[in-house]
Amino acid sequence: MYPVLENELLSQDVHRLWIEAPHVARKRKPGQFVIIRVGEEGERIPLTIADVDTARGAIALIVQGVGKSTRELNLVPAGGTVLDVAGPLGRPTHIEPGAHVCCVGGGIGAAVVYPIACGVKASGGRVTAILGGRTKDLVLLEREMRAVADACHVTTDDGSAGAKGLVTDALSAIIAEGVRIDEVVAVGPVPMMRAVCELTRPLGLKTTVSLNPVMVDGTGMCGGCRVLIGGQQKFVCVDGPEFDGHLVDFGELSARLRAYRSQEAESLTHYCASH
Amino acid sequence: MAKKITQKTKTEMPCRDAGERSRSFDEVALGYTIDMAVAEANRCIECKNEPCIAGCPVGIDIPTFICQVAAGDFQAAWQTLSADNLLPAICGRVCPQEEQCECKCTLGRKFDPVAIGRLERFVADHAASQGWQVGGTIAPPSGRAVAVVGSGPAGLTAAADLARLGHKVTIFEALHKPGGVLVYGIPEFRLPKTIVSREVQALEQLGVEIKTNHVIGRTFTVDDLFDELRYDAVFIGTGAGLPHFPKIPGVNLIGVYSANEYLTRSNLMKAYRFPESDTPMIRARNVAVIGGGNTAMDSVRTAKRLGADHAYLVYRRSRDEMPARHEEIEHAEEEGIELLLLAAPIEIVGDAESRVRVLRCERMALGDPDASGRRSPVPIPGSAFDLEVEVVVFAVGQGANPLISGTTPDLPVNKWGNIVADDATGATQKRGVFAGGDIVTGGATVISAMGAGRRAAQAIHAFLTAPAAAPDTPIGV
Repeated sequence: MYPVLENELLSQDVHRLWIEAPHVARKRKPGQFVIIRVGEEGERIPLTIADVDTARGAIALIVQGVGKSTRELNLVPAGGTVLDVAGPLGRPTHIEPGAHVCCVGGGIGAAVVYPIACGVKASGGRVTAILGGRTKDLVLLEREMRAVADACHVTTDDGSAGAKGLVTDALSAIIAEGVRIDEVVAVGPVPMMRAVCELTRPLGLKTTVSLNPVMVDGTGMCGGCRVLIGGQQKFVCVDGPEFDGHLVDFGELSARLRAYRSQEAESLTHYCASH
Repeated sequence: MAKKITQKTKTEMPCRDAGERSRSFDEVALGYTIDMAVAEANRCIECKNEPCIAGCPVGIDIPTFICQVAAGDFQAAWQTLSADNLLPAICGRVCPQEEQCECKCTLGRKFDPVAIGRLERFVADHAASQGWQVGGTIAPPSGRAVAVVGSGPAGLTAAADLARLGHKVTIFEALHKPGGVLVYGIPEFRLPKTIVSREVQALEQLGVEIKTNHVIGRTFTVDDLFDELRYDAVFIGTGAGLPHFPKIPGVNLIGVYSANEYLTRSNLMKAYRFPESDTPMIRARNVAVIGGGNTAMDSVRTAKRLGADHAYLVYRRSRDEMPARHEEIEHAEEEGIELLLLAAPIEIVGDAESRVRVLRCERMALGDPDASGRRSPVPIPGSAFDLEVEVVVFAVGQGANPLISGTTPDLPVNKWGNIVADDATGATQKRGVFAGGDIVTGGATVISAMGAGRRAAQAIHAFLTAPAAAPDTPIGV
């Protein structure tokens, strides 16, 4: 049993949970994730570690309640517990000391790029952040990101916050200014990551993406999270979760993310009917 | 001969009806009654040379416990059995006795051998129903601590033996439940999970601590176990690694699973109870499982139980070459599994949504024996045929898990990534680190992993009690 220390509503359906898991907190590095199980019948849910508090032995998770499991997790109050926290999993982000990294976070992807931005700053680098969302409420962690990044740009599809447009518009503008960027780290919905990669590919600008496919054990045993990277079969849980975005087969990734769409809907309906 | 032979064949073990069980995850084999057990035990001729013991990878004192069953002293039989083996209810169910103890049985030279596995299972189940504690003794505390990585058959056995020898043992398990392949791999209908948890509890009663959700290589490295957590020795029994997929078109379509994933979803995550349990799996009317081993059998019988009208087993050689236990193949056929022998997949074809629709195969013929001694399959030109299926499961073996080798640079692995360890002792080339089971040998059986765990426990005990490793001598000197 792992105690939930805090549960804060960040935006509609999006919560930040601080969970006491000293075995994970002591060693976790930017880019890594955990697998959570809320209760005895629970799925194993992979979630990026958004922040760490070593003094409390706690990790922060930013959870968007989409299906049954994530909604159930968001309902665990401070003082409650979750059954299992395994990790830290995945390879940590490779951070080049002193590099200028453009961290692009779409929606919940901000929870993944924020710890990477912190890691870049901690190793003496420079961070230009771009946070995007469909609308104002879906731009996450802006305050936290502004506190760590050298510059932070916000875009929304509807113009309700920051510039009206897509993260790729902001990225294009930054590139057009002629500032030297060593690496782009883009995390968000698959279409966003793909669009960023298409923008940077002709420029030869190194672009790293963090993938969140369907996963079961998270330790390399099941192969459910396999993706094609430059034509090679890779397992996101042990080989990733970060990959060279220019090599990712996004088409296959998005197809595989739809594998359980009907079951996910069924599970949520079943859950709502019994609660 | 010491005794007159009155019954030439094994006492049959009752099974659930094939039609009923093919739709149920309840255990297939029902176990002996007391009368059946006594009758079967009385078939033992009490031969002098006791070859069955040598046939057991963990060296159980088989003749003594069988003699005690024959005499109706089940509690004594339990004491004997559980002193040698802490996982008898598991071994009685999943060991390939026909290749081990039973194939050495003297009676078996002329007639059926004694049904040692069934008797082992009977004694263990009977003891559980009576609430008897495990036999054997526990040595006084040695003051030494051992970390066991992985709670599958190798780790559980090593942990039990080390605990009995007086060492403080902690098992680190990556998943949320202990048992390794016994809980994620072997289905409920062959090994009920209550039995695994019962035998794991017996281990905890010996003082073994089990830490779940600890992924060694990530949560702690092997060096952390020594330097930070102050363990004196480490046993690595992490088991199966990354599953193999053949290099044919379509292996990443939706509905293509590794056997590891298919079985983990069903067994560990209880996807067969979805949506009561949260983990889904694709329930298809037509499922093809590729492979001929026990894992393939478990997968295809699971597919049938999940409601498949057609559950095919596609194997590239003939029935004689199938590595699966004969009993499992027979059970599968009784349940309506369709065997497609001498056939191999060449392509998986999907629909517009990338979901599996067709498994394209070709017929094979058997050529000359290959390195494994089995006749190698050769494709027959122009023999391609299509199977309409929505799920394809590959049970064609696996590579090594890289999490420990990738974070332990001074732990040599072979070209397949398996840890290099001495067969007799499990000793690796890293001081104080021992390994056994599938992480060393590649995919093998539960009992061979247990044997490796037992041998390693002896070697670890020798290492810990050798003068050079006395408590005041720092490790690594």
